[in-house]
Amino acid sequence: MNKTVITFAALMVWSAAQADTLGKVKDAGAVTMGVRESSGALSYTLGDGKYVGYHVEICERVIKAVQKQLGLTALVTRYQPVTSQNRIPLVQNGTVDIECGSTTNNAARQRDVSFAVTTYVEEVRIATKVNSGITGIAQLNGKKVATTTGTTSVQTLRKNERATGMNFDEVYGKDHADSFLLMESGRADAFVMDGQILAGLISKAKNPAEFRIVGEVLSVEPIAIMFRKDDAEFKKVVDATIVGLIKSGELAKIYDKWFLQPIPPANTKVSLPLSEATKAAWATPNDKPMEEYARK
Amino acid sequence: MASDWDWQVFCKDTIEGQVQPGCFGSNGDITYLDWLLSAWGWTLSVSLLALIVALSVGALMGVLRTAPSKGLTFIGNAWTELFRNIPLLVQVFLWYYVIPELIPPLKQVSSFVLMVFSLGLFTSARVAEQVKAGIQALPKGQRHAGLAMGLTLPQTYRHVLLPMAFRIVIPPLTSESMNIVKNSSVAFAISIAELTMFARQAGEETSRNIEIYLAVTALYFVSAFLINRVALFIERRVQVPGMIGGPR
Repeated sequence: MNKTVITFAALMVWSAAQADTLGKVKDAGAVTMGVRESSGALSYTLGDGKYVGYHVEICERVIKAVQKQLGLTALVTRYQPVTSQNRIPLVQNGTVDIECGSTTNNAARQRDVSFAVTTYVEEVRIATKVNSGITGIAQLNGKKVATTTGTTSVQTLRKNERATGMNFDEVYGKDHADSFLLMESGRADAFVMDGQILAGLISKAKNPAEFRIVGEVLSVEPIAIMFRKDDAEFKKVVDATIVGLIKSGELAKIYDKWFLQPIPPANTKVSLPLSEATKAAWATPNDKPMEEYARK
Repeated sequence: MASDWDWQVFCKDTIEGQVQPGCFGSNGDITYLDWLLSAWGWTLSVSLLALIVALSVGALMGVLRTAPSKGLTFIGNAWTELFRNIPLLVQVFLWYYVIPELIPPLKQVSSFVLMVFSLGLFTSARVAEQVKAGIQALPKGQRHAGLAMGLTLPQTYRHVLLPMAFRIVIPPLTSESMNIVKNSSVAFAISIAELTMFARQAGEETSRNIEIYLAVTALYFVSAFLINRVALFIERRVQVPGMIGGPR
C-alpha cells in the first residue's frame, strides 16, 4: 500500500516537472507559435494575423521537422502574439509551445524556461543623427540618451555609467518607435538599443541618411528560440533542426533574406551584415546564457 | 506555486542583482526597493500636482459654464468638450511631441511639468462638469436671492452658490481625485520613472513580474485609498446639518 502511494506520488512529481510538448502537439494536432508584433526583422507582423521574420521562418522549419518526426499528415500552426512582459508566463503555462521572437537567453530566464541553440547574437549599439558629432559612448557623458522601457538596454546603460563614472540623462520611450521619435524630434541625442532594431528603424525613417549607428558594442546578448523547461525530447528536435540548417548553409540564406534583402511590408533593407559574434555562435552551436558572453 | 514566491527580489541591487543586507543600497547603488519607493514618489508627485491643476482650472471652468453670459459659457463649454473628448494618452503625446514643434520654447520644459499639466487639464474638464452640475443642482431662487440682496454676481458665487455647490460635489470629486492617481500611470510613456515604468523595467530585469506587479498594485491601491480617506474626512468636517450629505 505504502509503496503504491510513494510510486504514485513520485509519478505525480515526475509528470509535473516533465513537460511533453511533442505529446501535446500530437494530441492537439496543432502547435502554438509565440510571435512578436514588432521585433525588428526577427519577428514582426504584416497585419491580418500574418507573422514573419528570421526567427519565425526558423520556427516554421522546426515545426515541419516536428510534424515529420510525429508522422502527422497535418499540423496546424497557431500564432499567438506575445510581449516582453507575458512571453515567459505564456510559455510556462502551455499557451505557447515555441516562442520565436527576440528573447535574450540569460541565467535568470533559464530557471523558468529553456532555450534552443543561439541563432542570433545581438549587439547593443548607439544610433545618433549624423550631424550630432557623436562617435562613441565617451561623448554621451551628460547627454540625453534614449532607450526603451522594459529592455535590457536600460540595465546596460546603468552598468556603463557605474563602470565608467559617466552620467547619461536617460529618457525612456514606451516602445522602440517612441524612442526613435525621441531622437528624431531632438528630445534625445542618441538612442541605445539592439543593433538590428536600430538598423530596422533607421531603414524605415523618413530620411535614413540622417541617422547612423556609431561607436563600440555596449553589450552582447544571445537571442534564441524559447520553449518549456525540462523537455529534452522537444529540445532535441529544435536543436537538431537548427544545427542542420547551419550545416547545410540554409541558416545563412535565411539570414541573408531577412537582414540584407528587401523585406515586406515596405520592401526596405535592414542592411545588417552577419556579425562576428553570430558567426561564432553558429560555428559552435550552444545555448549559453548572456552572462557567459560577458565573461569572455 | 506558493513556494515559487521570491520577495527577496526587492533587496537585490540594480547593477549586479545581489541581495543587499538591510534591503537598501549604499554608496550610490540602489536596490529595487529603493527604486520602488522613488517610483511611488514620482506617482504621488505627478498625481497631487495634477490634482491641484485639475481642481483650480476645473472649478473656474465649471463656474464659467453657469455664468449668465453667452461668451463665458461658451469658453467653459468649449474647454470641457476639448479636453474631455480626446483620450488621455493622445493628449500626453500632443503636449510632448506635437505642441513643442509649434511652440519651440516648450522643448525645454521637462516631461514632468508637461505631464502634470496634461493630466491636470484632462481632469479639469471632468471637474468642470461636476462643479457645473453642483451649481445647477441648487434652486434658482438662491442665485436670485443673492442678487436681490445687493450682492454682485461674483459675491453671489463666492458667498451663496459655491459653498453649497462644492459640498454637493465632494463625492464625485473624490472619485475624480482617485482616478488621477490611476491615470498618472500613462506618465511612463513620456519617460517619467513612476510605478508603471518601474513595473515594466524591473519585471524585465529580474524576471519576477508577479512579485513586482503585486507590490505596484498594492501601492496604487494605498495611494488611491488614502485620497479617499482624506476626502471623506473633509466631507465630514464641512458638512452642514440639513443639507445633502449632512445629518438631518
